Amino acid sequence: MFKIVRKEVLSDKIILMDVVAPFVAKSCYPGQFVIVKIDEKGERIPLTICDYDREKETITIVFQTVGVSTERMAKLEVGDAFRDFVGPLGVESELVHESEEVLKSQKILFVAGGVGTAPVYPQVKWMKEHGCDVDCIIGARDKSLIILEEEMKKYAKNVFVCTDNGSYGFKGNVNDMIKELVYNQGYKYDKVIAIGPVIMMKFVCLLTKELGIPTIVSMNPIMVDGTGMCGACRVIVGGEVKFACVDGPEFDGHLVDFDGAMKRQRLYKTEEGRAMLKLEEGDTHKNGGCGCGGDK
Amino acid sequence: MDPLKRVPVREQEPEVRAHNFEEVCYGYNMEEAVEEAQRCLGCKNPKCRTGCPVSIDIPGFIENVKKGNIEEAYKVISLYSALPAVCGRVCPQESQCEKYCIRGIKGEAVSIGKLERFVADWARENGIKPTVDVPKKNKKVAVIGSGPSGLTCAGDLAKMGYDVTIFEALHEAGGVLVYGIPEFRLPKEKVVAAEIENVKALGVKIETNVIIGKSITIDQLFDDGFEAVFIGSGAGLPRFMGIKGETANGVFSANEYLTRSNLMKAFDEDYDTPIVSAKKVAVVGGGNVAMDAARTALRSGAEVHIVYRRSEEELPARAEEVHHAKQEGIIFDLLTNPVEILSDENDNVTGIKCVRMELGEPDASGRRSPVVIEGSEFVIELDTVIMALGTSPNPLISSTTKGLEINRRKCIVANEESGQTSREGVFAGGDAVTGAATVILAMGAGKAAAKGIDNYLSEK
Repeated sequence: MFKIVRKEVLSDKIILMDVVAPFVAKSCYPGQFVIVKIDEKGERIPLTICDYDREKETITIVFQTVGVSTERMAKLEVGDAFRDFVGPLGVESELVHESEEVLKSQKILFVAGGVGTAPVYPQVKWMKEHGCDVDCIIGARDKSLIILEEEMKKYAKNVFVCTDNGSYGFKGNVNDMIKELVYNQGYKYDKVIAIGPVIMMKFVCLLTKELGIPTIVSMNPIMVDGTGMCGACRVIVGGEVKFACVDGPEFDGHLVDFDGAMKRQRLYKTEEGRAMLKLEEGDTHKNGGCGCGGDK
Repeated sequence: MDPLKRVPVREQEPEVRAHNFEEVCYGYNMEEAVEEAQRCLGCKNPKCRTGCPVSIDIPGFIENVKKGNIEEAYKVISLYSALPAVCGRVCPQESQCEKYCIRGIKGEAVSIGKLERFVADWARENGIKPTVDVPKKNKKVAVIGSGPSGLTCAGDLAKMGYDVTIFEALHEAGGVLVYGIPEFRLPKEKVVAAEIENVKALGVKIETNVIIGKSITIDQLFDDGFEAVFIGSGAGLPRFMGIKGETANGVFSANEYLTRSNLMKAFDEDYDTPIVSAKKVAVVGGGNVAMDAARTALRSGAEVHIVYRRSEEELPARAEEVHHAKQEGIIFDLLTNPVEILSDENDNVTGIKCVRMELGEPDASGRRSPVVIEGSEFVIELDTVIMALGTSPNPLISSTTKGLEINRRKCIVANEESGQTSREGVFAGGDAVTGAATVILAMGAGKAAAKGIDNYLSEK
């Protein structure tokens, strides 16, 4: 069992937890992910690592409640435990392997969307700890979904916050923010690392391609085992089939087939939706819809 | 009773079992087992043993069954196999022990597999456990993977007095016995979990949720005081065909489909993991995994077609599995090969374009190779395609272990007799070495490696 030692509610539907997981905490790096399973009947859920403490042997995870399993996870409290917690999975971020000179020679912009701010955080922290100043955009639909802003400010030189509705920070999405920085405020970047919803990463990549800035993205597709066994996490990168779990999760954003990735994400929508309804309203939706048969 | 014929085994009716996940075969009861055992001639020079990858003393255990002394029979089998209830169910006996049975020359071979199963099931139901009574050696051995080869290797080493820890990447021990082979062929709680408990009863520790190569490396295991390592990590990576449309929604590897159903129990409403509710499915391939995927989809309510490019004779699946699949209503589209997967604007599968094949000259494998019949293209409309084309070993361990030699097919190179790899103190066996094969061959390799490790540590 893997015990929860800290829980914070970051926003309405976003939860942060520190979980004791010695094997993972000893060997993980930014960019990697874990798979958690709440109990015997739970799903295996992949979550990118948000932070780690080698001494306390803890891993920080952040998740948004989007379905039945994350809804159940959100109900766990300090002292409760996950039945399973395995990792680190996937390949660490490229920047982990680069020398400090190379890192310092580049000006990197991190773009974090919504709950995607969590996996950006350890990379920004890593950069600072290796003597590099980086900038970071945190974007979300509205103020309530902006997370980890204070934490990020500790390690990033500049943190730019934007919200679609202008309820906090700059009004506009992350792409509007990038344009504002590059076109109006004279910022120059050699590399962008963008993590967030697939649709956000798609549009950031279209823009950075135009701007000629190499861009890395982190994919979080449907997975089962996370070790290359099931092939569910296939992503097309540069025309080739890659498994996000063992070849990624980070890829060259200018080569990723985002449209294909979005279509794949919808695969279990009906099943997942059904499970959610069952959780909220009981087992009345076995055959879909309201059970009146009108949907047949 | 005709001595040329075997005692028939009771099974769930095909039309009933096509709608449930309960075990297909009920196995023998005491009376039936004793009667079938009488058919064994007790050969002085038992050919059947030479067909068994772990050389079980078959006439020896059957002799005890004849007398109704099942506990003794179980003790005889336990000397050779840690997983008799599993092997009695999933071994391809017809091409191993039973193939060499003298009874089989004139009539039907003795039903060795069903007798083994009866003995193991009886022992479990009567609370008989294997025992170990040897002095502890105080030497630590790590076993990577808790599938058939790992469990066998660990069990044998424990019986020799070693301190054995198995590391398993998934959340459940059992490897392919848990994620690959379906409930209706190999019950998980009743059979697999019980046999794993027996291995634990020998003193073997099992740590789940540890991925060697990621959570900890082989070098770190040596640093932690393990003196030898056995790699039994299996062949987990699925193959795809490389045809157009293969990334569409509704195309699954058999591994994914079976893992969702078997390991994650997606077929059970009480479990959270979803699985597609397919209406019409094509399973591409003709091996045991293809049959397992097909019969799982059938039980979930789909119309299921096996699409295989050669003819029935070449089907690599066990005859019993093909027979069961047909009884249950699986449709076999033989001499048929997919060339493209069709999908709609949302990338959901709508059909599969196939060509008809005919058999030409024998190829390197000795099987007649299929040749496309020109102009024979046709479309099967369906919503789900499951690719069951075989698997290859996972590179997670080989890529993180210096000096571990692998071959062209990414399989770990290991000595067949001792399991020794190119790294000192590191042994390997099972599918990680051979590529996808059978449970019993993996067990044979685990057994050989246990001896190899014992020799190595005794001389060290």
